Amino acid sequence: MEILQEISTLLQQGRAPKVKELVAQALETGIEPKTILEEGLLSGMNVVGEKFKNNQVFIPEVLIAARAMNMGVEVLKPHLTSGEIEHKGTAVIGTVKGDLHDIGKNLVKLMLEGKGLTVIDLGVDVAPEAFVEKAIEHHADIICCSALLTTTMSEMKNVVEKATEAGIRDQVKIMIGGAPVTQSFCESIGADYYTSDAASCSDVALKICSGTI
Amino acid sequence: MNSRERFIKAINHIETDRPPIDLGATAVTGISAYALHQLRQKLGIQKPVKIDEPFQILGKVEEEDRQALGVDIMGIFDRNTFFGNRNNGRYQPWNFRGIDMLIGEEFRYTTDEAGHTYAYPQGNLNTAPSGKLPAGGFYFDGLLRSEPVDEDNLTPVEDFREQFCVMNEDDLLYIQKQADDIFHNTEYGSILAWSGAALGDVALLPGTGLLNPTGVRDIEEWYMFHLLHPEYITELFDYHTEIAIENLKLLKEAVGDKIQAIVVSGTDFGTQIDTIISTELFREIYKPRYKKVNDWIHQNTSWKTFFHSCGAVRKIIPDFIEMGVDILNPVQCSATGMDAKELKKEFGKDIVFWGGGINTQKTLPFGTPEEVYAEAKERVEIFSKGGGYVFNAIHNIQANSTPENVLAFFRAAQNRD
Repeated sequence: MEILQEISTLLQQGRAPKVKELVAQALETGIEPKTILEEGLLSGMNVVGEKFKNNQVFIPEVLIAARAMNMGVEVLKPHLTSGEIEHKGTAVIGTVKGDLHDIGKNLVKLMLEGKGLTVIDLGVDVAPEAFVEKAIEHHADIICCSALLTTTMSEMKNVVEKATEAGIRDQVKIMIGGAPVTQSFCESIGADYYTSDAASCSDVALKICSGTI
Repeated sequence: MNSRERFIKAINHIETDRPPIDLGATAVTGISAYALHQLRQKLGIQKPVKIDEPFQILGKVEEEDRQALGVDIMGIFDRNTFFGNRNNGRYQPWNFRGIDMLIGEEFRYTTDEAGHTYAYPQGNLNTAPSGKLPAGGFYFDGLLRSEPVDEDNLTPVEDFREQFCVMNEDDLLYIQKQADDIFHNTEYGSILAWSGAALGDVALLPGTGLLNPTGVRDIEEWYMFHLLHPEYITELFDYHTEIAIENLKLLKEAVGDKIQAIVVSGTDFGTQIDTIISTELFREIYKPRYKKVNDWIHQNTSWKTFFHSCGAVRKIIPDFIEMGVDILNPVQCSATGMDAKELKKEFGKDIVFWGGGINTQKTLPFGTPEEVYAEAKERVEIFSKGGGYVFNAIHNIQANSTPENVLAFFRAAQNRD
C-alpha cells in the first residue's frame, strides 16, 4: 500500500508530524493498525537500523527517526488491542551500577523497539539485583546491560552472577555493550552476547526472541 | 635539552631524544585522583592528592609527580571549575572512597542515604544540584535542570549567553600568573587548558556551572536539533565563535608567547566505530567556525592549536588539518580505523599526535605491566619518528589503573632503561 511506504519513508527522514498525520490517515482509510505498525513504522525503522549499522546514517538521524516512530505509535496505541500485536519478546535494559551514561543504552532501546520488542527501561545506575528482579517480573527473554566506563563494566559480571543465583540463566540471555566492552570481556564474564552497535544488538535480540540463535 | 625545548621541537615536527611527556597538563590528559593517590603511595610521595577538577575527579599533578615520571609540560588552567566554583588555592578535606584528599575550598556537595554525592553550581547549596556522583562511582555527571524549550520560539544566543561570555580581569590574571610562573621559574613547556571554542561539547551542555541553565541541554535533543533546527545550532555557534575570538584577544594580551599551545576544543566527534554525526554535517556546521578560530590563533599568536576528540575520527582528520588543527588528542588507536601506524603514515607530516600511548579502556586498567610497557613502547616508536608526538595515554588515566601499570606506561617513554 502506497501510504505505508510513505509512512516508512517519512519516518526514515525523521519527519515526525507528517508520520503522525499519515498514520491517522491510514487508520481512517481502514488499514489494520497492526499492518500500519509493521509495514509502515517498524519497516521504516528497520531501514534506519540497517543504514546505521552500515555507517550510512548517524546518531542524529537515528534519534529523529525514532522520535517519528514513537509519535506514530502514540496515534496507533488506542487502536491496538493487546492480542492483536504479535508478542515478539521482552528485554530488560539499563546502564550498570555506578554509571550514569545513557546515550548508548537509549539508542539500543530505540532499536529494540524498532524491532517490535517490548522494552523495560530501568534507567541508569541499575543494581545487578534490579536487572534480575525486573527480568523475572516481566518474564524477559533478554537482559541488556550498558556501560561507558572501564570502572563500571565489571558490574556486568555481577549481573551474570545474580542471574545465575536466581536460577534464571536458562530463560534469560544476557547481552552487553558500551564503549570499553569487547567480545573477549563478554566471554570472560560468562555473558551471552556482545554487539558493537545498537542496530546489531537489535538484530541479535530479535534472533534470541524468535529462537533462531 | 630541557623540557620546554623538547616540547617545542616535538610540536614543530622535529625529532627529539625522547618524546615530551605529558601528565595532567589538560583536563583530558590527566589522571584520576584515585589512581594518582595509589601511584604516590607506590612512589613514596606522602602528600594528599588535590582535586582542582572535581567533575572528572582528576588529581592535580604536582612537582613531585612530574619529577618522578619525567613530565615535560605543565598546564595553565581556568580559575572556574566545571561546577562554577573558583579554585582560589585553598582547599578543604574531602574523603573520596576512603582516601583523604583535598578539594577546592568553594566546592559544595551533599550526600544522600544511598551514598550518592551531589555537587552544586557555584558552591550554592540553595539551588538544585548540577552534578551527581553515584555511590561507588569515580565521576560526576551533569544533571539535567533546564525547562523544555519552545520549539516555535527558539532563542539560542539568549539560552547560552551566561555560559559563553567574555572573561573578566580576575580570571585573566589567574591565567597570567600561572603562565608567568611556568615561563620564568621552570623549564617546562606549557599549554593553556582553555577549551573556549569547544563548539557543542556535550560535556558542557548540562551547564553544570550555571545556577539556571536554559535552552537545549539534553544530549539527545541536542543531536536531534542538528537536523530539526540547524539554525539553532549555527546561531549559537556563530555567537560562541565570536566570544571565543574576543577571549583569545584577551588571552594573547595576558600570556603572549609564554605558552606554546592552547586547547581549542574538546568536543567529541567519534564513537568507538564511527563519527557521531555525518561528515557532511561536520563540514557544514562545525568546520568553518573552527577554521575561523584557528585562523585567528595562527595569524595573531605563535600557539599551536590542540583539539581533543575521542573515537573513530579518521575520516575527518583531513578536515581537521584543513581547518587548522595542529595537534590531535587523544588519538584513540583502539577505535575503528585509528591504527597508529596508518595514522602516522597518512597524517604525521601535517598533525601532531598527543596521546595514543596506551589503551585506557583495556590495557592500562586490565593488562599486566609487561603488556602495558610493550604497547606503549610500540606506540612511542611509531609516533615519535620525525617528531610530532607528545606522549600521553588515550585520555585520562582511569581510577582502576594500578601504579605498577602506570609506572610501566611512563617507563616506555622515559629512555631511562
